Amino acid sequence: MTENFEDQWPMWEVFLQSKQGAPHEHAGSLHAPDPEMAIQNARDVYTRRNEAISIWVVPSAAITATSPSDAGPLFDPASDKIFRYPKFYSTPKGIRGV
Amino acid sequence: MDDEIKLKEFETRLEAGEFIEPKDWMPERYRKQLVRMISQHAHSEVVGMLPEGNWITRAPNLRRKMALLAKVQDEAGHGLYLYSAAETLGVDRETLLDQLLSGQAKYSSIFNYPTLSWADIGIIGWLVDGAAIVNQTMLAKSSYGPYSRANLRICREENFHKKQGFEIVATLASGTEEQHRMVQDSVNRWWWPSLMMFGPPDKDSPNSEELSRWKVKLKSNDELRQRFVDLTVPQAKAVNLTLPDPDMKFNEETGSWDYGEINWDEFYQVIKGYGPMNRERLKVRKKAHEDGRWVREAAEAYAKKKRERSEV
Repeated sequence: MTENFEDQWPMWEVFLQSKQGAPHEHAGSLHAPDPEMAIQNARDVYTRRNEAISIWVVPSAAITATSPSDAGPLFDPASDKIFRYPKFYSTPKGIRGV
Repeated sequence: MDDEIKLKEFETRLEAGEFIEPKDWMPERYRKQLVRMISQHAHSEVVGMLPEGNWITRAPNLRRKMALLAKVQDEAGHGLYLYSAAETLGVDRETLLDQLLSGQAKYSSIFNYPTLSWADIGIIGWLVDGAAIVNQTMLAKSSYGPYSRANLRICREENFHKKQGFEIVATLASGTEEQHRMVQDSVNRWWWPSLMMFGPPDKDSPNSEELSRWKVKLKSNDELRQRFVDLTVPQAKAVNLTLPDPDMKFNEETGSWDYGEINWDEFYQVIKGYGPMNRERLKVRKKAHEDGRWVREAAEAYAKKKRERSEV
C-alpha cells in the first residue's frame, strides 16, 4: 500500500502569544491532518518551556505574502512622509505634554 | 544576463549583512547547499534521539530520567524546527524522510557510536551537545533567515543539555573509584569523535569556501574545533578527567591548546556507513516509521471523517 501521508497532511504556520497583551508571533511550521492535531503538535513542539499562553495555527496555504521584488514600490509611499513623525513639527519649548 | 545581475545583487545583499528569506531570489547552488545542510542537521537531531533514548529506562534515578526524557524530546523538536526551515526552500517533508530512511542522506557522524554505559549520557551532554552549541551559535547568524531563526531557538534550549550532561560527569568523576573509571572510559571513547563533529579540516572541506562566501557558515571547521577544545580542556581538568590525547599541549604564543592528529580515516569510514552503529540507527528509524504507520493512518481517517461530516 502506497503511503502518501504527506499529501494528506497540510502544512500549518504556528503563531504564539507569549504573555497577556502581546501579539501572536510566528514561531515556525508543522504538518498535521487537521486543526486540532495542529494545535496539539504546536503545543508539544513549540511550547515546552511556557513560551505561550495562546497558540494560533493557520494553514500555510491561507497566507498571502508580499513578494520581495514588489517591496520597493509597495512600501515606497512611506519613505518620504516625514510629517508622520513628531519631530517634523516645532512648537515653543518648555510646555509640558507637547 | 539577467541571472548575473541577480547574482551580483544577491552577493551585495549578503555583504551588507542582510538575510535571505524564502521568497527572495537565490542562486540554485545556494538553495541546493542549504537544503543539503539543513536536512542533514534535521536528520542528525532525530537520529540523535537514539543513543540517549537507549538509556531512558536505565537512568539511575527519577531526576536523571526526567532530565533525559526532556532532552530527547527537545531533540525531536529541534528536528522539526530544521525540517520546517528546509521545507521553506521548496523541498517536501516526504522527500527528506525518504532520503534518511533509504540511507541516502547523511547525518552527523557522532550518532553512529554506541552508548555503552550511563556515563556516556553525561559525556554526550557535555561534549556532543557542547560541540553542537559551538557550531549552532555560529549558525544562528547564518544568512538564510529560517535557518538562522531555527538555530536561535535551538541554542536557547541546548544550554540545559550541556549543563545536565556536565552535572552527570562531575558527579561520577568525583564519586567512587568505579564511577570515576566509568566516566573516564567514556571520555576516552567520545573525545575524538566529538572533535570530528566539526567536519573535515578546512583544507579538505569542499563545500566550505562557497558556504562561507555566502555567509551560511561564518566560521571555519578548524576555527570552531579549536574554540571547542579551548573551552573543554579546562572543564575536563576541573573534574579531574584526562583527555585521551598525549599530544595535547598549551601553546603560549596562540593562547590555545594544540591537539594531536585526528584519525580522519575513521571519520570517512563512519560517514560512508561503516561506523559501529550506522546500520542499527537506520534499522531503528525504519522500524519506528513502520510501527507508527497505524497512528498516521488513524489520524488521517479521523480528519477525513470530520471533514466529510462538516460538509454534509
